[in-house]
Amino acid sequence: MSLSATTAPPSPAPPRPGTAPRRRRGHLLNRLDLKYSPYLYIAPFFLIFGAFGLYPMLRTAWMSLHDWDMVGDHSFIGIDNYTRLVSDEYFWNALVNTFGIFALSTIPQLLLALFLANLLNRSLLRAKTFFRMAIFVPNVVSVAAVAIVFGMLFQREFGLINWLLSFVGIDQIDWDGQRWSAWTAIATMVNWRWTGYNTLILLAGMQAIPKDLYEAAAIDGAGAWRQFWRITLPMVRPTLIFVVILSTIGGMQLFTEPLLFGNGRILGGNQREFQTLAMYMYEKGIENLNTAGYGAAVAWAIFVIIVLMSLLNFVLVRRSAK
Amino acid sequence: MSLTTRRTRMAAAALAAITAVGGLAACGKDDDTSSEGGKPAKLVVDTFGEMGYDELVKQYEQQTGIKVELRKTAQLGEYRPKLVRYLATGKGAADVTALEEGILNEFKANPRNWVDLAPLVADHSTEYLPWKWELGKAPDGRLIGLPTDVGSLAVCYRKDLFEAAGLPTDRDQVSALWPDWNGFHEAGRKYKQGSGGKAFIDSVTAVSNGVLFQQGSDLFYDKENNIIADSSPAVKAAWETATSMVDISAKTATWSPEWSGGFKQGTFAATFCPSWMLGIVADNSGEANKGKWDVAAVPGGGGNWGGSWLAVPEQSAHQKEAAKLAEFLTNATSQVEAFKAKGPLPTNLEALKNEAFLSYTNEYFSGAPTGKIFGESVSKIEPVHLGPKHQAVKENALEPALRSFENGQASKEKAWEQFVKDAAIQGAF
Repeated sequence: MSLSATTAPPSPAPPRPGTAPRRRRGHLLNRLDLKYSPYLYIAPFFLIFGAFGLYPMLRTAWMSLHDWDMVGDHSFIGIDNYTRLVSDEYFWNALVNTFGIFALSTIPQLLLALFLANLLNRSLLRAKTFFRMAIFVPNVVSVAAVAIVFGMLFQREFGLINWLLSFVGIDQIDWDGQRWSAWTAIATMVNWRWTGYNTLILLAGMQAIPKDLYEAAAIDGAGAWRQFWRITLPMVRPTLIFVVILSTIGGMQLFTEPLLFGNGRILGGNQREFQTLAMYMYEKGIENLNTAGYGAAVAWAIFVIIVLMSLLNFVLVRRSAK
Repeated sequence: MSLTTRRTRMAAAALAAITAVGGLAACGKDDDTSSEGGKPAKLVVDTFGEMGYDELVKQYEQQTGIKVELRKTAQLGEYRPKLVRYLATGKGAADVTALEEGILNEFKANPRNWVDLAPLVADHSTEYLPWKWELGKAPDGRLIGLPTDVGSLAVCYRKDLFEAAGLPTDRDQVSALWPDWNGFHEAGRKYKQGSGGKAFIDSVTAVSNGVLFQQGSDLFYDKENNIIADSSPAVKAAWETATSMVDISAKTATWSPEWSGGFKQGTFAATFCPSWMLGIVADNSGEANKGKWDVAAVPGGGGNWGGSWLAVPEQSAHQKEAAKLAEFLTNATSQVEAFKAKGPLPTNLEALKNEAFLSYTNEYFSGAPTGKIFGESVSKIEPVHLGPKHQAVKENALEPALRSFENGQASKEKAWEQFVKDAAIQGAF
């Protein structure tokens, strides 16, 4: 990451009056303190990460090498689960769905967030705090509530969206009946929920840009659009990449929205039109008791995909920084 | 939030789920054995939906002095993952656990998780519907479930909509409209004509559900549990009958918002009702539609959708007492009590002949004699063999394929291909 933090050099311990042995002991404690307490401070994170992050990951890796029945026996089968995965049509289908929904949600979302952040960054804007808070509200709403409400909006028979579309002469759309419409509906939920969040992060990035750059540009006769294009955008690029990585991770794990959109059916549509990778993992790993090992392999595949996408982003940011 | 914590949370969320480290979240089971004679101070019962045990449990407490805790879970969808967690981690399960048909079949594959009840209770083998009793046995012969209820089928129909479309409304006359599925289809077409093109039934999967269990032959598996989904005559019959009714279907998938809303809106005029469905129909239709619904016989005789058993997990600390409690909850008197309380249909032969059961009428459904109607259809249920992944094949292969066809996403041939392919995937065990 290119986000850098400046740390103050550790100030030398102030000399303390006292007898020699006391001073020595104090010195020792001081040294121990300096040397080990940082580890103590960060230990809680690593302990919790170990229990809830690392251990499950390793255990999942172990499971993925087995033919594993959730409530029964398991036997070691090596990488068979992974070789099966490569030729599994439904796995690739889920991958395509995940990337499709990801593209439909992330691209418009980031463009909108950039636009909104730029608006909120204007010094002339009134009631700034109100707008900044208001834009974040969708993110606070529970994802299940969002999915249920949007599920109702996108209903075939009595849904608000179809009702509105009927005024412009568009026939009833069976939103969960086709790929494009289901993807659009799910992407809409994601956009609604995360645009504000990304806006705030981008806004923070924009506020770190020195004002004199804009002043100098204004004196040279650059308009608002040119200022945005030539100053704001290059300067928020690191933040933008950060936001893209976050969105990638979130997008690859998309689960609740498509699940509730399809009435809780894990297949995600009659022909798996909107089954995401996380849903496929759940289907194999949790719903089907006897394919838990295969589900674990899907989980690791998701992990690898996320790592690859993050590396790609990382390479891009390194290159753009040069 | 830093990237690392986000990624950690991702890893934690996604992978903790898959490894089911439920032991951390599973409720600790009180292992409180009181000192007197090894008699447990408390037994725990896990049920889903409404099984009508509230009063019965109190009776049992008075009779035996053993405290019984009833843990209810509303939705089967929430109930199953809990059970899986208990079994996978080896702790947390109740002493007596209700197992729904699909769950029981799947769990039979690992019978060692369940106690063999035969040595612990009296011989009841002749007191229940024979096929229901047999289904409670694991492949290795252990008796793992005592029968509770059965999902015998009937047809729920809207009298007011029938009348408006020029169909008879009296329940006997309505039943006479459809001695078989052709008659049902014919009635549906008449309704469509008479009502100006309105749909008659909720979905084609409701039809396939009905037909599937009337065939009395193997469904997705043969007796040796080989998958025969593509060649099974029963499946083919259900497929053909269901797909033929697409012209009178409202295309509302069961449990979808369109379906729930359809009861109130009159989107469809009839649906297939196991007795446990009556309460759901009433809830979805609302108080305003009370007395508009009635219950008629199902075309082609019997039919079955759902139904449960009571089992004792191997991890229970009080297996013997738990078996006794399960025995009590499934006896004839208890089954009649439960039916009167919440509607689950008895499987005990004596309970099915019980006067109080037979004379029971349902007020919401225009005073229909539901005890008599369902009691009669129970006797017509054809016993069938369900393989280990029956539920998965039905819900994740057959029904999606039918819906693909129903919604015009696939031709009949393509939909059948989809079913055959998915049945092989879902049915593997």
